[in-house]
Amino acid sequence: MSDQLIFSIEVFLNGLMAGVLYSLVALGFVLIYKASGIFNYAQGVMALFAAMTLVGIMEGQVPFAGLINATFGTEVRNFGWTVPAFAGIALTVGVMIVLAWGVHQFVMRHLVGQDPIILFMATIGLAYFLEGVADLMWGSEIKTLDIGLPMGLNETIDRVTYEMFGYGFFIDNLDIVASVIAALLVIALVLFAQYTKQGRAMRAVADDHQAALSVGIDLDFIWVMVWSVAGFVALVAGVMWGAKSGVQFSLSLIALKALPVLMLGGFTSIPGAIVGGLIIGVGEKLFEFWVGPLVGGATENWFAYVLALIFLVFRPQGLFGDKIIERV
Amino acid sequence: MLDASGDGYITEDGRKIGGVVMEMRNITLRFGGVVAIKNISFDIREGEIRAIIGPNGAGKSSMLNVISGFYVPQEGEVWFRGEKRPPMKPYEVARQGIARTFQNIALFEGMSVLDNVMTGRLTHMKTGLMAQAIWKGKAEEEETANREVVEKIIDFLEIQHIRKTPVSRLPYGLKKRVELARALAAEPKLLLLDEPMAGMNVEEKEDMSRFILDVNDEFGTTIALIEHDMGVVMDLSDRVVVMDYGKKIGDGTPDEVRNNQEVIDAYLGVAHD
Repeated sequence: MSDQLIFSIEVFLNGLMAGVLYSLVALGFVLIYKASGIFNYAQGVMALFAAMTLVGIMEGQVPFAGLINATFGTEVRNFGWTVPAFAGIALTVGVMIVLAWGVHQFVMRHLVGQDPIILFMATIGLAYFLEGVADLMWGSEIKTLDIGLPMGLNETIDRVTYEMFGYGFFIDNLDIVASVIAALLVIALVLFAQYTKQGRAMRAVADDHQAALSVGIDLDFIWVMVWSVAGFVALVAGVMWGAKSGVQFSLSLIALKALPVLMLGGFTSIPGAIVGGLIIGVGEKLFEFWVGPLVGGATENWFAYVLALIFLVFRPQGLFGDKIIERV
Repeated sequence: MLDASGDGYITEDGRKIGGVVMEMRNITLRFGGVVAIKNISFDIREGEIRAIIGPNGAGKSSMLNVISGFYVPQEGEVWFRGEKRPPMKPYEVARQGIARTFQNIALFEGMSVLDNVMTGRLTHMKTGLMAQAIWKGKAEEEETANREVVEKIIDFLEIQHIRKTPVSRLPYGLKKRVELARALAAEPKLLLLDEPMAGMNVEEKEDMSRFILDVNDEFGTTIALIEHDMGVVMDLSDRVVVMDYGKKIGDGTPDEVRNNQEVIDAYLGVAHD
């Protein structure tokens, strides 16, 4: 087998792993968009916020320490304890649920029935607000997130591929874990949506508000639930991404990568978000590998957007999105 | 004959009608300066088919929306099953046992017929999220029980052949029937039908009339319906409220209403001299 092909396989696998993370972020978008028609620009910041909160809680940081010290002239930094990863995640989930409730109660509830563009603007505001709150609560320095996930080279794959091709693939353990967790998350979400009362109600709300009300569904409750689930998905994405490249502001920018993913997969399709993420992940890595050297590299910055643009021209509803049919 | 003095009455075809289920007392509803409903009172009794009729714009749909909680009237009281109802959201009204259909059909277009009808059972599902997550025993039993009710209704309304069809693919008349099925699945204490025959051809209208009568007969469901087609209503209903320009201009059996001069004027127009 030629070297080029062997390298391509490795690049493909790594692309798949990167794609999983795109899928996770895109999934958060789809959940909220389906249920409430809101394009949540803040999804990426929610991932950042969740990751920062998790680090802060685990390290026993005092929230709003900077603010407290500046106001009262104190010198508090830490509670002096550390919280184990499991408890930290549970507490962070709690914080994300409170956040979901707050977002709905103070912002979205008052905007029900407004134009999509207004809802979109509200989420942009929310994104900047959340970013500020996250900095204020936990400080703006780059943090490392370690919840004990396996990291580094997977030696089994390295050895097996070395025996097969005479060249060991470099696959990060973290990426494998991320893929498995993402797959479990998606299965759980699908089971939840298909088979539970709340899931059924969620699908109903996504389909028709008025009809949902008439069968006794509390829209407010469902919306808070959806934002909570999206918050949880953001937490998972934030943890994976944060463990990989540190918890820092750039984490919120992965939200922008989710946009082309959604254009490929369709804004209303959960399988679309998954497949779209994988295509973008694989596509940009392979493109960089094959075409990158010819055009001076750095194609990963724009490849996803150009691909999305092509999709917009030929299939605007995405791969799995609802068909756009205009009756005349 | 009407015997409003007692706890009910016997209809012309010999059905026994029970006590008052729902009572509207002096309802007034305004939108800004426009008065949609002016000081209207009437009641709905257990087991009866009660119609609200009137020309377009008379305020019939507004009245139905007041009953189902979509509108909150500025004045007046709503009494349901002997208790005064505080202002409620539509989903709370639904949970009290009032199901409805919509004039313009509000179905879950992306779901199958079966799933649509199943959503009608949501108010009857009690098992918590954790129990469902484990998905054993109670949750399973509940699901099975709900499915039985739903299948019975699907059979009853003769929509077995489209159980698995996505609603978006159905023709208008069938959609109306699916919506009725979903409302029935809630086993409502009061069923509200907003123009169940609007936009139908004669044959579909006859089918729908038959289903409404059968539902009332078979399940003993109390039904309040809105219609502007006088003919259909008169054959169907036990008692009729007639509205015009937001006011009640008649209330009684179809025969009484038909001979009411004000009603005749409203429908046929009256010469102003």
